[in-house]
Amino acid sequence: MRAQMTVYGVLAMLALAAPFLGLYPVFLMKLLCFAMFACAFNLLLGYTKMLSFGHAAYFGSSAYVTGWLVTAHGWGTIEAILAGVAVSMLLGFVIGAIAVRRQGIYFAMITLALSQLVFFICLQARFTGGENGLQGIPRGSLFGIISLGRDLSMYYFVLLVFVLVFMLIRRIVYSPFGQVLKAIRANEPRAISLGYHVDRYKLLAFVLSASLAGLAGSLKALVLGFVTLSDVSQGTSGEVILMTLLGGSGTFLGPVVGANIVVTLQEYLSDLVGAWVSVIIGAIFVVCVMTFRRGFVGEIQGRFARAAGTP
Amino acid sequence: MTTIFGVPLPAILGQLMLGLVNGSFYALLSLGLAVIFGLLGVVNFAHGAFYMLGAFAAYVGLEYLGVNYWCALLLAPLAVGLLGIAVERLFLRHLYQLDPLYGLLLTFGIALIAEGIMRGLFGASGRSYPVPVLLQGGFNLGFMVLPIYRAWVVLASLSVCALTWFLIERTRLGAMLRAATENARLVQAFGINVPLLVMSTYGAGVALAALAGVLAAPVIQVSPLMGSSLVIVVFAVVVIGGMGSIVGAVVSGLVLGLVEGLTKVVYPEASNIVVFLIMAVVLVWRPTGLFGKE
Repeated sequence: MRAQMTVYGVLAMLALAAPFLGLYPVFLMKLLCFAMFACAFNLLLGYTKMLSFGHAAYFGSSAYVTGWLVTAHGWGTIEAILAGVAVSMLLGFVIGAIAVRRQGIYFAMITLALSQLVFFICLQARFTGGENGLQGIPRGSLFGIISLGRDLSMYYFVLLVFVLVFMLIRRIVYSPFGQVLKAIRANEPRAISLGYHVDRYKLLAFVLSASLAGLAGSLKALVLGFVTLSDVSQGTSGEVILMTLLGGSGTFLGPVVGANIVVTLQEYLSDLVGAWVSVIIGAIFVVCVMTFRRGFVGEIQGRFARAAGTP
Repeated sequence: MTTIFGVPLPAILGQLMLGLVNGSFYALLSLGLAVIFGLLGVVNFAHGAFYMLGAFAAYVGLEYLGVNYWCALLLAPLAVGLLGIAVERLFLRHLYQLDPLYGLLLTFGIALIAEGIMRGLFGASGRSYPVPVLLQGGFNLGFMVLPIYRAWVVLASLSVCALTWFLIERTRLGAMLRAATENARLVQAFGINVPLLVMSTYGAGVALAALAGVLAAPVIQVSPLMGSSLVIVVFAVVVIGGMGSIVGAVVSGLVLGLVEGLTKVVYPEASNIVVFLIMAVVLVWRPTGLFGKE
């Protein structure tokens, strides 16, 4: 626990100082948004073992709603973010209610199919701008006082939201609700026989995860100033799985590490190798599934636990 | 002229024909998916990629090696099937003891690799493959013109589906396969080489996907991404039909193709999503799928 706090402390310092270390703030914010997305996804995969193959649906639709409200209707930043989260929450509720009726592999396929439905709706709806997406989304200001147009103030805003989300997820996992989720993950029939309404717990976890994914999407729309169809596509759903898996699902820091690796790789490789990026992403997927299924953070924690004598 | 919903009848029949063609692809693909899932317990995400590779094998064969359509119909599934066998031996085999989700993730990664390589080599734009001379033109049925190639696609895929059904339900090999699906260890104890059976089943399922790819090459644009959204529709089809049921996979594939065709006539905007909507309704009503047992 002590070591963990030290790690968090160092990371927090790094995050606070990062813009002054010569790192490009927009890139840092993109990292934070995807890290938040992966943490939200991890809440589902890591703590309930439900593999949603369609999380881009919540990420993207919330991004669209926020972007559209800000651009076309002149909504304030906070209200637009909340509206986006509300939409992804609702979407998560509807899709979750259908998907939790099945488990495992079926759950993955159903969430994938329903997210494709969302993708096609976004492709054809008027307000999303179809193939062009939304562009030139202004960042606005916080309560009309602090302008977010400057990269630095936006960075600290995103960082603050990220830290709050991270703490919220920790709180959820350690709460009685989180313990029930772990019980369901470990042995679902037993949880049922103990009298828990398993489906309700799963649905709530799903809705929470979808809402937080939506929050990440809204922030991403404001940070980059655009939303495109790729934000709701299955490619993005796959990427968030990879981030979580690579970093270590079921660990708090894993998704953050994984998101950093994947986003950084994409940023630098896409200039270098172009279309071959997806080959590299696919290869990482294969290596990850074949050789280290616990992910970076999972493996490191495993080492430490073994060294400390507690398996 | 006869009209239904204000749409002329030939237009409806034309769309239904297109729907039937798409339905035959769904049937072939979901059949392979169902057979693989039945024995391996793996949802093969790379199925769309293998379908794409089948179409590209035919295209490359014709462009660079002078292999005509009829040979491609045989050679492309063979080549892609062998590739599938390699994937099974190298990767999938090591995951059978684990959560089935890892099989899904692995094949997703393989699909990304395959699509990425083809995009790197051929670019993202579509390429056209000519309809073979023997199947060009159409029959005039009086009320509509039936393109011969489309009729051939439907006929060929239905025959292959029927053949597969016969192979699995009525032969000794099929009996072994079904027994291994029920209890692999017991069948192994009887002296049947189960790993070989599993390997060839995966190869055969992948070959079916490649065959669908070759059949599709002349009616659609051959492109690296042609399989990536198709595979999701096929997932929905098998969820609707109930996984592991061969008849269910084929029937729901065809019917959903037709429904999609009909939607194009009535309300074109919804044609992309109608299969997913039906899936949602079926899940609420019968969570195990229409033909599923469980």
